[in-house]
Amino acid sequence: MTPLSHIRNFSIVAHIDHGKSTLADRLIQETNTVSLREMKEQMLDSMDIERERGITIKAQTVRINYTADNGEDYVLNLIDTPGHVDFAYEVSRSMRAVEGSLLVVDSTQGVEAQTLANVYQAIDADHEIVPVLNKIDLPATDCDRVAEQIEDVIGIDASGAIRVSAKTGVGIHETLEAIVHHLPAPKGDRDAPLKAMLVDSWYDSYLGVIVLVRIMDGVLKKGDRVRMMQNGSVHHVDRIGVFRPAMTTVDELGPGEIGFLTASIKQVRDTRVGDTITHEKNGCAKALPGFKPAQPVVFCGLFPVDSAEFEDLRDAIEKLALNDASFSFEMETSAALGFGFRCGFLGLLHLEVVRDRIEREYDIDLITTAPSVVYHVYMRDGEMTELHNPADMPDLTHVDHLEEPRIKATILVPDDYLGDVLKLCQDRRGIQLDLTYAGSRAMVVYDLPLNEVVFDFYDRLKSVTKGYASFDYQLTEYRQDNLVKMSILVNDEPVDALSMMVHRDRAEARGRAMVEKLKDLIPRHMFKIPIQAAIGGKVIARETLSAMRKDVTAKCYGGDATRKKKLLEKQKKGKKRMRQFGKVDIPQEAFISALKMDS
Amino acid sequence: MTDDWRLGGFGLYVHWPFCQAKCPYCDFNSHVTARIDQVRWRNALLSELDRVAAQTPDRLLNSIFFGGGTPSLMEPETVAEIIERACQHWTPANDIEITLEANPGSVEAGRFQGYRDGGVNRVSMGVQALNDADLRRLGRLHTVAEAQAAFDVARACFDRVSFDLIYARQDQSLAEWRTELGTALDMAIDHLSLYQLTIEDGTAFGDRFAAGKLRGLPDDDLSADMYELTQELCEARGLPMYEVSNHARPGAESRHNLIYWQAGDYVGIGPGAHGRVTINGKRFATESTRAPGAWLAGVDAGSGETLRTQLSGLERAEEYLMMGLRLRRGLDVSRYETLAGQPLPEQPRKKLVDLGMINDTGSEIVVQKQGFMVLNAVISEFLAS
Repeated sequence: MTPLSHIRNFSIVAHIDHGKSTLADRLIQETNTVSLREMKEQMLDSMDIERERGITIKAQTVRINYTADNGEDYVLNLIDTPGHVDFAYEVSRSMRAVEGSLLVVDSTQGVEAQTLANVYQAIDADHEIVPVLNKIDLPATDCDRVAEQIEDVIGIDASGAIRVSAKTGVGIHETLEAIVHHLPAPKGDRDAPLKAMLVDSWYDSYLGVIVLVRIMDGVLKKGDRVRMMQNGSVHHVDRIGVFRPAMTTVDELGPGEIGFLTASIKQVRDTRVGDTITHEKNGCAKALPGFKPAQPVVFCGLFPVDSAEFEDLRDAIEKLALNDASFSFEMETSAALGFGFRCGFLGLLHLEVVRDRIEREYDIDLITTAPSVVYHVYMRDGEMTELHNPADMPDLTHVDHLEEPRIKATILVPDDYLGDVLKLCQDRRGIQLDLTYAGSRAMVVYDLPLNEVVFDFYDRLKSVTKGYASFDYQLTEYRQDNLVKMSILVNDEPVDALSMMVHRDRAEARGRAMVEKLKDLIPRHMFKIPIQAAIGGKVIARETLSAMRKDVTAKCYGGDATRKKKLLEKQKKGKKRMRQFGKVDIPQEAFISALKMDS
Repeated sequence: MTDDWRLGGFGLYVHWPFCQAKCPYCDFNSHVTARIDQVRWRNALLSELDRVAAQTPDRLLNSIFFGGGTPSLMEPETVAEIIERACQHWTPANDIEITLEANPGSVEAGRFQGYRDGGVNRVSMGVQALNDADLRRLGRLHTVAEAQAAFDVARACFDRVSFDLIYARQDQSLAEWRTELGTALDMAIDHLSLYQLTIEDGTAFGDRFAAGKLRGLPDDDLSADMYELTQELCEARGLPMYEVSNHARPGAESRHNLIYWQAGDYVGIGPGAHGRVTINGKRFATESTRAPGAWLAGVDAGSGETLRTQLSGLERAEEYLMMGLRLRRGLDVSRYETLAGQPLPEQPRKKLVDLGMINDTGSEIVVQKQGFMVLNAVISEFLAS
């Protein structure tokens, strides 16, 4: 067991693409934690999707042994946290398990909105913070300006910021030294009753649920009987260990250490993140303050394109949910799409990640319906119900009013693009709360309805600012507004999966955009197809998809029979990715693409 | 069902895979080569002919078709020998049709008499356009004047002369096509093939199209208008369409192509040639090696064929449907059902009748004018159900 004075626990705070994963890779490499042979890019991003998108979704942890210049051996525990706003809750709880943070800022870019949000969480958790200026190998590097910006915007001393190129390895040694000398050692009492924080947990098909813990006081040993203080359940610890980053078993974990335990726990849901783990006998008296569980804020329907795959989809969703307690689901039936699931997510990225995993890992083609936020519907009798699905909107005669979730959004943007950003926020029913400058970058704070943000706000923001803006948000409150349900009719038949809640003032514009989009997304048929948007019985927008005029193979002779058959078979397969509504085939992409707005 | 092919007839297809130049729109199996060993090719084709004939004895031969490539680059002796050998293997029908595809160049015109003497009784000329600028754009080596001269030689040699035009070309207007088609109809004897330009993958046009560099192609509406105009003008001049892209005076339809569209049997020899042959009541789809060198080597080793697949009853029925619906005379429902072993699905029939795409007499499905324009969608309706 390592003495407390020789342990350092830290996380890395950074904006996407500022080089957090590369820096983590270098720290692992420099200390020979992983042999060169085993090293792969972005060691800690273990899912394919994480590597592909260059994002970290689940918190990952690694234990690094480091012999400092003073000759002493240290144990450094890094918890790598997700950078995306959808996973902010993962960040906050990981922060509680460590004492310090490296604040990594791209020296060619400067501070971004997510850096801000995460660094404030680190400050809230009383972290010691070591600023690191990365990418100094690039020609556009400007360390002095970025250091000044860190002091201006965040308000911490950046004079001693370490200048690093995670790519070339410059400054990595200095970073390790700074971790040892500038970050505090953890506190804890080895002789006190066991008090361990449940930082995270996930499901492994061989070992069952793996629980990531930070020991605050006491000692955890293999074979111990432990109690989860919140739900009182008792488990027999059958394995404890640390991550290097591969799982390595150890005999015990003492105060200040971070590691894992397994205890034949079957479901992630049985372990509550933020819970306190203690011994069954002689346990600690007072639990650690827990975390608020993450609440899904975006809901959508997931339906199999081929209705015969419903059971496969159920299986896939249940398996994914084993490992992701923040994702909720319940069965849903749609008149148009048949059986599927209404699923809740932390945000749109979370939604896309889950959808991609189902399509890729389980090979099921999905129809994703319009994402929706949770509305509060107040009935005339005073009762309030939560509305997760526009199709469930109750009869208007019984409804008194609706409330929608609002957010506080922080956007950092070079002032060249400020006008576009303000227009975008204004168009999305935003109310400006603040506008300040730090150098040539503006920081704008907006009060926005979540439903205007949930779908494509981030994409639009990136496109109007050529990728230079960064964005973060937090939910604030529910507020009453004039909201209505808009239905879409294709060939005079309502397609429930396309119905959505909109603000009354924006309904016409939204409806027009939707029907125009659908006109492009639905292939021409042999007959003309009216596409309409309606509120109640009133049509507010209409387009007509004209009939297909020409689709015939000009030449078809002896050798072409085989070829043409192949072509038609391909077409037939293409049809499988469509759903039939009355006489009309609608491609599955239409359900999500129809909602993307171009302005 | 075993003798179903008799309803379509029996033909021989001979593929000559060489051209003087590769046209940018063409995705046929054609190759440009400096020297062709005519004797070796003649022997190889004859050897293949002997092989396939041994598997299909006692047939009445309705048609021989020399296609390519550019079969008018074949020496007349080669053509004559193949015809002679075919007529030894099978009994030629009294009205046997022997067609050769020809380029309308001066060199070819000089050989027409030789082809006629060898037994060819119909030529199909790849005129393609009646406008020199467009001929160059299509990569053709001949001019309009040369084509017309070659056409005159052809009609002096043969009773039956057909020619092809490609329309819906880049930057072609409806009015320009009207004029051009009018000229073509003035020239036409008894048969015309009028194809809309199709951009195929793997061709020079296909690559340019994918790169967004093939400009001026008509949109669907214009090409639909052009198609309608084509039907109208040809009908008025006594050359009604009998297949999607083919027009003839009644009785002058291409017998060979009708074998394909009516799901008859045909043997194919030469590189890349396909065949459909019924042997002991089972129907097979055959394919030959595409690359000329590899095909020759295959023939030397005993066979140029690479693939032979047996077709199920339903596959035969579906091919018949795909091909048969292209004909104005329509699809024989009972023939389809006998092959398929199941009824032709009711739901698409009803839907397509409601939409005015087909006429359904119960025993025949006849595609209507607007149905031909979206025939792929019509066929898909049947195949999807």
